[in-house]
Amino acid sequence: MASEYVLELKEITKIFPGVKALDKVSFQLKAGEIHALMGENGAGKSTFIKVITGVHKADGGEMYLNGEKVDFKGPNDSQAAGIAAIYQHVTAYPHLSVAENIFMGHEKVKHGMIQWKEMYAEADKLLAQLNADFKSTAEMGTLSVAQQQMVEIAKALSSNAKIIIMDEPTASLTKNESENLYRIAEKLRDEGASIIFISHRFEDMYRLATRVTVFRDSKYVGTYDVDKISNADLITAMVGREIKDMFPKPEIQLGEEVLRVENLSREGFFKDVSFSVRKGEILGLTGLVGARRTEVIQTIYGVEKLDSGKIFLDGKEVKIKNPRDAIKNGIGLLTEDRSNLGLILDWGIGRNITLTEIEKYGNKVFTNDKAERAAAKQLAEEVDTKAVSIFDKVSTLSGGNQQKVAVSKILASDLKVLIMDEPTKGIDVGAKAEIYDIMGQLAQRGYAIIMISSEMPEVLNMSDRIIVMCEGKITGELSREEATQEGILKYAMAKSLKNTAEN
Amino acid sequence: MAGKSGREIIAEQPFSWKHLLLRWESMLILLLVVVNIMNIAISDKYWSVTGLFRATNSFLNIAFMVLPMCFVLVLGDIDISVGSILAFSATMLGVTYNAGAPMIVAVLVALLTGTVCGCINGVIATQFTELNPMIITFGTQVVYRGLCEIILGDQSTGGLNNVMWFSNLYWGKFGGVVPYMFIVFVLCAIVFGIVQHKTTFGRRMYAIGANREAARYSGINVQGTRFVVYVITGLFAGVAAIFTAASMGSINNAVGKGTEMDAIGICVLGGILTDGGKGNFIGAMISVFLLGLLEYGLGLVNVSSNVMLVIKGALLVISVMIPNLKINVKKKKIA
Repeated sequence: MASEYVLELKEITKIFPGVKALDKVSFQLKAGEIHALMGENGAGKSTFIKVITGVHKADGGEMYLNGEKVDFKGPNDSQAAGIAAIYQHVTAYPHLSVAENIFMGHEKVKHGMIQWKEMYAEADKLLAQLNADFKSTAEMGTLSVAQQQMVEIAKALSSNAKIIIMDEPTASLTKNESENLYRIAEKLRDEGASIIFISHRFEDMYRLATRVTVFRDSKYVGTYDVDKISNADLITAMVGREIKDMFPKPEIQLGEEVLRVENLSREGFFKDVSFSVRKGEILGLTGLVGARRTEVIQTIYGVEKLDSGKIFLDGKEVKIKNPRDAIKNGIGLLTEDRSNLGLILDWGIGRNITLTEIEKYGNKVFTNDKAERAAAKQLAEEVDTKAVSIFDKVSTLSGGNQQKVAVSKILASDLKVLIMDEPTKGIDVGAKAEIYDIMGQLAQRGYAIIMISSEMPEVLNMSDRIIVMCEGKITGELSREEATQEGILKYAMAKSLKNTAEN
Repeated sequence: MAGKSGREIIAEQPFSWKHLLLRWESMLILLLVVVNIMNIAISDKYWSVTGLFRATNSFLNIAFMVLPMCFVLVLGDIDISVGSILAFSATMLGVTYNAGAPMIVAVLVALLTGTVCGCINGVIATQFTELNPMIITFGTQVVYRGLCEIILGDQSTGGLNNVMWFSNLYWGKFGGVVPYMFIVFVLCAIVFGIVQHKTTFGRRMYAIGANREAARYSGINVQGTRFVVYVITGLFAGVAAIFTAASMGSINNAVGKGTEMDAIGICVLGGILTDGGKGNFIGAMISVFLLGLLEYGLGLVNVSSNVMLVIKGALLVISVMIPNLKINVKKKKIA
């Protein structure tokens, strides 16, 4: 029996130790459509994908491919059936060539010998289809994330996939790179592939998808036509409640200048970066990937060394050689990479929160568990962390709650300046609003906040002032009133625009 | 700023018998009991105060290296040069004494030698962080052992037990019952245990082992901490050298060979895995006695040292497999 749907899942249930990860979830994918799959972190999207690809075996429900019932025993079965998944974190072999990565597992072999020439030629052909700007002989590890993703897509094409699943492919891409990815996705669709597109970004969905399916709390909420559902309705469907104000930015009387940096330079990274931030101010620092924003704040925080330049706190010059110096001087950093740099995932919430300041709760030599527990409880409650106990491992929390733990952790120190690097990266929309709310409250409490962000709505709505960087230099500064998306982009691409003009 | 929802988070860890009994340390205690029953069956002289202390004295000199090794492994580092540091320290002790220096000077030279060797390991490991500590200490292991061989050749340096107080470090007993070495070991172990679990230094070690970069971002002096631990490790290899020299009375260039693996193996069996940030001190201490008494008991029935190695090795492999088996069983049950 032929079916309107290339892929149909009925009442899929998947149970993990103690949790129902999927509860009678249904999903229908039409031929040649781009179908967005949305939901908060922990809604079951990733598990659902793994059921489709056969990584997980469903505990209940049925799956139909082109109207025929299928039962995948493992990822190999789904691959053979023409399903390919491109995961959020690229799972590549960094030391091998692009071609080897593309044909990993199905190399071109003749008489037991790998046909290198043929493989490189074929790989280059696939890359050309995607308008890739690199060769199949390049080493995987030297490519950017966007380029690596292209390799993953080429890999999917090389196995003649008819159904392509993209799991948050734009999460670590810049605007331009995302644009390119959109084009690739559309091209694949036009060539007859069906695409499931998972993303937190509404712009991805509006740009690409014709239909959107929403999951919430492991359950199926509904499938909607993208042009018929409003933003607010979609958020309500995802979060289960209404979010009245996404960006609750309070009006704050700015105080005196707290931090000022002058002519910070680091060879090969950035040059002559100067800016200042005042008490109660949220300073947005934005730019495209490669603008070296993170590198700048890493030197202010003492993670990397500065070649030249001065840092002033409350008008006095300070020397910062390592993060300890930074924290002592009242500068805290919420890192972009909370799972590798910000938190110890294996540890409980409490231990994470108090780690930086153990001496404050005990003394120089001994720890004081009781005081630490009390402090951790208070700090975690202050930001409304959804956890049962302070002994819950951080790894068991959702991205948004992990971020709240990371915020509590920097609040444990006596700080004046908070540097928040991509504070809402990889967080679902409900938690985002909460983080913005916390940021606003912190500014109100008198912290000077530097927010690094690539997300335009966030930059435009939360900042009092916006500094734009491009290729290691500050190219523009905008006040809250004068800032527009176009204005920021103009500065963010200042260098490349100039280059084109010169040519 | 108070939480909007007013949600409460529990700050007390509930006590649970099940949790306590399922701990790895409970398993080790069970094994310790089994080993003791075995030893009692083997020897009728074993289960007495003198018998037990005779047994513990057979391995506690080496166990001094287990104390700092716990720190090293918690940090996610490893030090396989301790056996050679022991040999080099003991050699320096013997040579200094036989050159006519008072024994107390020779003892201090041994401690100094260990400390310097530890410093060298520490400097290399913290200045060249991209190098794997396994390779660094593999190199210094060969160097330190090589120095012993250059100094001693195939001779040994003896006569150490002519000094009564030195010999007594190993052979002497407090009140005629409790060996001095046992007392020193217990005191050291208490200090090490407190440092590992009750101090800011200990907490920072666990943080570094669990996630070195996150520790650095949290303002922890990662390289400083690692350096200190390598130095302490060298120092305690020197301490082990003193007790070993006192037990043997003379030193040759093969002393302490393979003891680094004993020390690491004891830690791992005790639950302080080489991944870093795992396990606790009590486990390692139970494991000291577990493996030590097992070896002592097998020695009583003349099991050859080669067979002993096989048994120790097998025990280690099985012990690291068990926690993983537990996880697999859990997974199966649910599936």
